[in-house]
Amino acid sequence: MSIAAHLPALQVVLPLISAPLAVLLRRRDLAFWMVTAAAWAAFATAIQLWLQVGASGTISYHIGSWPPPWGIEYRVDRLSSFVLLLVSGMAAVMLPYARTSIEREIPEESHYLFYAMFGLCLAGLLGITITGDAFNIFVFLEISSLATYVLIALGRDRRALTAAYQYLIMGSIGATFIVIGIGFLYLTTGTLNLADMAGRLRGVESSRPVLAALAFLTVGISLKLALFPLHQWLPNAYTYAPSPVTAFLAATATKVSVYVLIRFYFSVFGESLVYEHLPLPQIMLGLSLLAMFGASFIAIFQDNLKRLFAYSSVGQIGYISLGLSFDSVHGLTASIVHLFNHGIAKGAIFLLIGGIAVGIATPGAVAPAPTFDRLAGLAKRMPLTCFGIVLGGLSLIGVPGTAGFISKWYLILAALEQGQFWLVGAILLSSLLAVAYVWRFVEVAYFRAPPAGHVARKEAPLAMLIPAWLLIAATIWFGLDTSVTVDTALDAARQLMGKAQ
Amino acid sequence: MKHDLVLRVIGKLLIPYILLFALYVQFHGDFGPGGGFQAGVIFAAGIVFYALIFGLENARQVMPDRLVETMLSSGVLIYAGVGLAGLFLGGNYLDYFVLDPNPVHGQHRGIFWVEAGVAITVCGVMLKIFYMFASRGRSE
Repeated sequence: MSIAAHLPALQVVLPLISAPLAVLLRRRDLAFWMVTAAAWAAFATAIQLWLQVGASGTISYHIGSWPPPWGIEYRVDRLSSFVLLLVSGMAAVMLPYARTSIEREIPEESHYLFYAMFGLCLAGLLGITITGDAFNIFVFLEISSLATYVLIALGRDRRALTAAYQYLIMGSIGATFIVIGIGFLYLTTGTLNLADMAGRLRGVESSRPVLAALAFLTVGISLKLALFPLHQWLPNAYTYAPSPVTAFLAATATKVSVYVLIRFYFSVFGESLVYEHLPLPQIMLGLSLLAMFGASFIAIFQDNLKRLFAYSSVGQIGYISLGLSFDSVHGLTASIVHLFNHGIAKGAIFLLIGGIAVGIATPGAVAPAPTFDRLAGLAKRMPLTCFGIVLGGLSLIGVPGTAGFISKWYLILAALEQGQFWLVGAILLSSLLAVAYVWRFVEVAYFRAPPAGHVARKEAPLAMLIPAWLLIAATIWFGLDTSVTVDTALDAARQLMGKAQ
Repeated sequence: MKHDLVLRVIGKLLIPYILLFALYVQFHGDFGPGGGFQAGVIFAAGIVFYALIFGLENARQVMPDRLVETMLSSGVLIYAGVGLAGLFLGGNYLDYFVLDPNPVHGQHRGIFWVEAGVAITVCGVMLKIFYMFASRGRSE
């Protein structure tokens, strides 16, 4: 057997196996090494797959040697290899961070369960991305979602339980809608393979079941990706989850949902159905603008730093869906690039906030919530952490030299292509809102005097700073060198729009 | 319900047959309705029945928590292991054809172990859920 031919299967199977092994081993150190090794192996696999797809085109892997459309097919194209890279890379960087971080946030006897759930969540997210089978998407979605609910509920704050429960209800509704949509498609076409389904849908696109499927899938996936009016679960879930969980979810979970939406819109329904016969672009545009302005506006008035950046996430997802609404190669490129860039920047910020929670805690006590009154004058004691958050914030604003600038640049390019100059103004104006909420942190951390009385504060442990700064460095790197992100995204967008060169 | 004579006698009579029926559903799944999931649930139901009549502590001696947790994860490992076995024998992941020189026998062998894995995990999960609910409020 040659390993190279089986990389698509190993991509999912390695993290999947690491989870039950972590439960079997029970010791928290063994569990940690098990899952971390699997995550790094998955990252290496993803890099290898990305290179292979770039060199020789789409890879198709037949599970159980049953050829598609009968068997389950794993299909890696430019877009999925890019998302695999993001998800596995985030897991690989965040697991070493989690080891130090959860010592303060999760009771020691459930550490091995934390790692098992993390492995399952990773396997689920990778599975959603790699599979070319509609029902398989649903199964992996459930695997990752169930693991996510548990991970959120592990938070020390009792409100983590209600947050997880709220997400459970909303997520289950979303998953139900998705499976109903897939059911309609299966009834109409008699196949579950996405590529085969797309072929069979030609000619019956505007029949009622197909439109119903499109509607169910759109709403279901939008719930999962927290599109503006359906984002209610997100702020609580992000605020009360343990910090490595928040960072991992913010960087990957919503992004993978965006991937599923793109996959269904462009690879299954086809852009002609989604964009020409239905008012979806207008709806998408409206909701995106609401997210960009509404959620960013709400973010400005938050007192808890974690919650502030959670609302900022909802706003940033607005930019991603805005790119989708253009129905152009540049618009789609902007979405895909922003999915990647925002994932890295937001992941880094949440990792650093986790560092703050540890830094402002009195030794031995439970880490307090990072509210603004506790953060006054923090930059003097935690210069690295605060500077990192500022750099990440600059990327959220879209300052040139950071990754966020690249995605906004392509968004503006797509808007100009269609002659919608007012949208350029809207994008710039909403960036000002990002300036406002990032400035709130700068003002408190840098310019306010530290509270009187002796408060124990020290820089976060190195094991937490290094992963976070790796991601911050990546944010800067991808803002200067766009050969990886933009080239892949452009290729992927062309492939999806059927305009491959 | 420890002192209910009728229940105790009937339970003692029935439980072996419930467990036996679980095995029947498991191994007859090839030819009739059944399979790993149903078998696992029926087997767990037998243990739950025992726990209801003879008490949680006795049930925990028959099926200790450690064993249940091991079952929970080892079933998944058996399933994934069958997949990896196909990989090592030169096929794709979860390829049963290569598990035996005769591909039809290979399919039989593959599904046998996969169903065994499913049954073990399902039984483990059912018991774990039951134990967790049943012991709520006792330890805290």
